[in-house]
Amino acid sequence: MAFEIPKIKYTGKIREVQLGTGAKAVRIGGANCYPFHRFEGDMPNVPRVAFEVWDSSPEEWQQWAIEPYGDVLSDPVAWARKCVDTYGAEMIVLQLRSADPNGENKGVEEVVEVVKKVADAIDVPLLVWGTANDEKDGELLRRVAEACEGRNVAVGPVSDKNYKQIGAMAIGYSQVVMASSPIDVNLAKQLNILLGNLGVNEEKVVIDPTTGGLGYGLEYTYSVMERDRMAALTQEDAKLQFPIICNLAPEVWKTRETRLTKDEDPKLGDEKRRSILMEAVTAMTLLVAGADIVVMRHPDSVSLVRDMIGELCA
Amino acid sequence: MALTGIQILKLLPKTNCGECKFPTCLAFAMALAAGKTELDLCPHVSADAKAQLSDASAPPIRQVSIGVDDYGVKIGGETVLFRHEKTFFNKPGIAVLITDAMDDGEVERRLTALEHFQYERVGVTMKPEMAAIKFTGNKDRFMGLVKSALVRPCAVILMCGEAPVMKEALDIVRDKKPLIYGATPDNYEAFGALAKDYGVPLAVVGRGFDEVAALTEKLTAMGLKDLVIDTSTREVRGAFTDQVAIRRAALITKFKPLGFPTITFPCEMTDDPMKETLIASLFVAKYAGIIVLSDLTGETLFPLLLQRLNIYTDPQRPMTTKEGIYPINNPDDNSPVLVTCNFSLTYFIVSGEIENSRVPSWLCIMDTEGLSVMTAWAAGKFVGDLVGSFIKKSGVEEKVKHRSLIIPGYAAAILGDLEEELQGWKIMIGPREAAHLPAYLKTWNS
Ligand code: SF4
Repeated sequence: MAFEIPKIKYTGKIREVQLGTGAKAVRIGGANCYPFHRFEGDMPNVPRVAFEVWDSSPEEWQQWAIEPYGDVLSDPVAWARKCVDTYGAEMIVLQLRSADPNGENKGVEEVVEVVKKVADAIDVPLLVWGTANDEKDGELLRRVAEACEGRNVAVGPVSDKNYKQIGAMAIGYSQVVMASSPIDVNLAKQLNILLGNLGVNEEKVVIDPTTGGLGYGLEYTYSVMERDRMAALTQEDAKLQFPIICNLAPEVWKTRETRLTKDEDPKLGDEKRRSILMEAVTAMTLLVAGADIVVMRHPDSVSLVRDMIGELCA
Repeated sequence: MALTGIQILKLLPKTNCGECKFPTCLAFAMALAAGKTELDLCPHVSADAKAQLSDASAPPIRQVSIGVDDYGVKIGGETVLFRHEKTFFNKPGIAVLITDAMDDGEVERRLTALEHFQYERVGVTMKPEMAAIKFTGNKDRFMGLVKSALVRPCAVILMCGEAPVMKEALDIVRDKKPLIYGATPDNYEAFGALAKDYGVPLAVVGRGFDEVAALTEKLTAMGLKDLVIDTSTREVRGAFTDQVAIRRAALITKFKPLGFPTITFPCEMTDDPMKETLIASLFVAKYAGIIVLSDLTGETLFPLLLQRLNIYTDPQRPMTTKEGIYPINNPDDNSPVLVTCNFSLTYFIVSGEIENSRVPSWLCIMDTEGLSVMTAWAAGKFVGDLVGSFIKKSGVEEKVKHRSLIIPGYAAAILGDLEEELQGWKIMIGPREAAHLPAYLKTWNS
């Protein structure tokens, strides 16, 4: 009485998207089964970890998050290089914090200068993450798309408010867009339809479902991603058949549970190891739900997660 | 699948004798179909009908209780593959390993850790709930461990392959209704008998799901119901696949021999405690009934408990925080006052950001039935007159000397009505995103 695992009937497949160019270009997506369900399908491209780099020196980072980077934190180019050279980053997400209208609010050209320098300094794919302010990103990301001509970078978050501005430039310069919707399957689908109508190539779209960190809404992102994947793979919902990116690092590291020291709350244990695990557990959970790219901060969390991806894809 | 009341009625004697405490067989059948009574309450049902009925009415994954009273752990009973399809009901029990090879100090540390590592969050207590006590050859010490676990506030798993030793342990700790681990192809008869005699749940240990299924069939034939299964796979990919296979077998093919909760052992899958946490988190998401850890430390346990809380939160029900005034960073009568809704995620994010800012503040949480600010506003539950009357009766006027109130940026539209309702108050529109609260509060001035 040999028992067979009941198989899910998959009718769809996630599109493959290439990021970057040349030898270090990375392909993501392409799966025709649920995440890591390799006994019944293929995941031709393993999920990837992207290292985050900020375009301006972070002021409120924990000592134990600063430690692995030290003095490069004030120099985005050196920081990106360190991620690639020292920690083996396969892609870089440049977070344009300095452009935030609620913060430093740097001008577009000043910010784009730094983006160009970082793009020129690395050979791995570059993903450029804006401020999540629709208006500012509309200006900023379209210029990024232009300035990074020929690099096949990804730009986002692109919303239903600024998709026309950014999308048009992304088409013009053949860049990838990261289509962002607020934790909702239908809104994600709707935006992808809008991008399609605009003429964005289907091999140039990645979904950003909006990421909640561990203890702060992770479950909402988790279930929206599982629903995305169910629709994409079993209900032939072509407008959801895109790879997913989760920009989790800032969400995890801003929480108070990654800031409290063991002295302040002994029950939470060692602050460094706890924070690393909070980041790694968030990433692991999102990977199981279907993330193709997880954006992470601490090299030790990255190692843990890569190890698990390796085992699950062994 | 589940039978209807009418289908059940056909299998009953239809004498309406009333011994089941229902007026008629039909009433009993309807209650049974709704899961509101037990078939055993009808003394007249034939053995044949009984077999048919219990087969059809049993949930696809057996719910198993381990331990008693406040320290009981319920596992299994799940009905979906994905939490968004309904919800996951019984979060996996988290156990810490204790063996007879550990010295007294170590054992004591672990037992104490079980009580010590408790965390309050959204009105629930997150904690590990089980001790897995393992026999590795030293019988006297093993019995000593069982005795010390007896008086502890936790559920117990006894791990030992030798039936006589297990029997002795059960004589000590039977009242705690421990899970006994476990029945193998070699010892299942003796273990099945023990589980039956002592009325305790039994773990079934086979190599792979075929062997497990063969064993559960034999044990079920012996009359055992409360089983927990272990496929013995200890590498990550295989163990993950087993969990998915078992859940699907139970729910999709209704394959009874695998319709039981599982027990997993991240403690036997790696030597690195950090990696162990990640493996455990994989099992939280994908289908473990019990997760046995090698040790408990705050830094490895807390992230896992938080993840378990997230995954096992009922997606159908918005979580709420209690209405009231929450002091953050030791506020005084000059500190800013903020108001927001009682969607617990909003509360956590807003209070977290206020804490991050280190600015002493009063956070007023208004009952919006768990809706977020924008939804509550759209639904008319976070509007000027309601927020105004809430602030008046909240008692915050006695806490501060000033009269300024910060409202969420997304609720800016209520400004006019609120000013009218709250005469003498200055209403300030805060940022839309909680992330911008620290910057806002640092420059705040009443
Ligand atoms: S005890 Fe059985 S036979 Fe009697 S009324 Fe109830 S269901 Fe009918």
